[in-house]
Amino acid sequence: MRDWRYWFAENKNTLMAVFLFLFMFVIYASNHPAGFTANVVQTSANKATLLAFVAMAQAIVIITAGIDLSVGMILTLANCLASWIVVGSMGETFLGIVGVLLAGSLCGALNGLIVIFGRLQPIVTTIATGAMFYGIALFLRPYPGGGVNEDLADAMTGKLFGVFPASFAALIAVILVVWVPYSRSVLGRAAYAAGSAEQAAYMSGMPVRMAKFTAYVLSGLLSAVGGLYLTFFSYTGEAAYASGSTYTLFSIAAVVLGGVSLMGGRGSAIGAVFGALAFRTIGDLLFVFDFDPLWQPLFQGVILLLAVSISALGLLRVRNKLDWFP
Amino acid sequence: MTSSTTPGDRMRRFPKIKGVEPAVLIAFGCILLLLVVGAIYSRNFLSATYLLQQLKVASFLGVIATGTMMVILLGQIDLSVPWVVTAGAMMACAAASFGPVGVALAVPVGILCGALIGLVNGFATAYLRIPSMIVTLATNAVTQGLMVVYTGGFSPQDSATPAMRWLATGEAIPVVPNGVLVWALIAVATVFLLNRTTFGRSIYAIGNRERAAFLSGINTRRIVMLTFVLAGALSAFGGVLLAGYASKAAQSMGDAYLLPAIAAVVLGGTHVLGGRGSYLGTVAGVVLITLLQSILSVMQIEEAGRQLIFGVVIVAMLLLYGRQKSA
Repeated sequence: MRDWRYWFAENKNTLMAVFLFLFMFVIYASNHPAGFTANVVQTSANKATLLAFVAMAQAIVIITAGIDLSVGMILTLANCLASWIVVGSMGETFLGIVGVLLAGSLCGALNGLIVIFGRLQPIVTTIATGAMFYGIALFLRPYPGGGVNEDLADAMTGKLFGVFPASFAALIAVILVVWVPYSRSVLGRAAYAAGSAEQAAYMSGMPVRMAKFTAYVLSGLLSAVGGLYLTFFSYTGEAAYASGSTYTLFSIAAVVLGGVSLMGGRGSAIGAVFGALAFRTIGDLLFVFDFDPLWQPLFQGVILLLAVSISALGLLRVRNKLDWFP
Repeated sequence: MTSSTTPGDRMRRFPKIKGVEPAVLIAFGCILLLLVVGAIYSRNFLSATYLLQQLKVASFLGVIATGTMMVILLGQIDLSVPWVVTAGAMMACAAASFGPVGVALAVPVGILCGALIGLVNGFATAYLRIPSMIVTLATNAVTQGLMVVYTGGFSPQDSATPAMRWLATGEAIPVVPNGVLVWALIAVATVFLLNRTTFGRSIYAIGNRERAAFLSGINTRRIVMLTFVLAGALSAFGGVLLAGYASKAAQSMGDAYLLPAIAAVVLGGTHVLGGRGSYLGTVAGVVLITLLQSILSVMQIEEAGRQLIFGVVIVAMLLLYGRQKSA
């Protein structure tokens, strides 16, 4: 009984995100002109997975009480790189994918090194490295173009056994391979500890630096997975500044909706994934209800603003005015 | 307001920037270095016309960075700069299409829009206690949404009023562009505000430790909110000047100002966590960033290389002297 309640208290926010998503998706699917079919699910899954990967990347860093404003640019860089090297035979494609993931991890490692050993603020660091990554992306693809192994791309964005969206399968696989082992490892626990009280974690002998470094590397890796998926959808590489910064913004929206505390130490990447799915569904509701697509950015912005305002409810519990100040 | 003068007087004894901080000296050293490099590369680099032209370009960034600096001094950050700049420019140009009254009110309307967005930022940060980084990202998105709805996704057709053009490019005093004069006026006002008023000293106090500032009787929430309003107004004013310079507003014209504004402030020795920094440093940072961008474009390095070098230089300079104390 105790175990169950403890688990519930720890995962309350994640469960909220799951319910939010289910609620939104029911509204979405029941009002969709084509109804609830495998195709509707596949289309929305494809759009949502991309954001889900970036949201996981963001969540892993935010849990350590940091922030990574370069995720969108790493995604753009991975997209441009993939449009060069994820082509050709099966073997070449595989090497290309490894190359893209490695590049993403390197970007994350650079962020981590600067933040941890350079002792710079994560915000300023990742805005600056984001400019660097965008520069490299622009160098790789001054104009949109390039290609991708289309067989693989179609397989990764199609349906498994005619019903289940392959992109979801990939998302679940990544969660199982990356997030589950990480969050259960010493490093993962240390990341949570560093997020809630860094000095206390350090004093208790937890590998705080290594945990934070790993978080940034994983963030880069997952952003690169997102970039790979973007290439699978679009078949091209494009260094678009606007799209990169949009993904960064949406990743934070997804993390907030997913119940990850922006102060660090609370929440999970799975919550962020559901936050991303919910955010995408909310954005798509406009299409279902036949609004002008012009209103979509405003609508998504307002949702983000409302979502972050929810955290202000915590103020109602504050009994001492001094607790206003961190 | 007799009650608030006492903490204000006490605050003047805070570590006041007597003499010049090393970071500011390094920034000025880097400016000299860039000038030398530029002069070696091209003879025209040290000519008065070229330098004044650079100062004119720098003045837009300078106005925007002034607001960014005040927010950073509080220990907060304003990431809504890109679309506040754009909104200021677009709304000023939009006002101009409403007849003579609109033309007369174009500049105030633009600034007012920025102040309103700043008010939302400030209210959410100060009273709702939401992290400023997240709130300003959200208001940035909302502003973008509003502007997309307003313009229909294209650059608006309205053009800048003569007054806006005069502010940005005219020459009230021969040779010196008005933009530079405007920046100089804002600079003098800012230095006065930061060093000689209760409001300014309170900003430093809050940046050092908001809790202590609150306990010493400062209405910290009001000051945080007002600072964000001021920052929004200054960003929008920067946008108005830019629109006057380019004679119209454009989508995403503000994108290029977020990183440079923050970089200029931080390179100028203002502490990223707030509480320490001088306006002189910000001026140095702004000139430094503008010269760097100018040299990169004079050397005909492509956009890709410019972004890369820009990022590397900023990280490198920050590593040199922007580091936090080890925990």
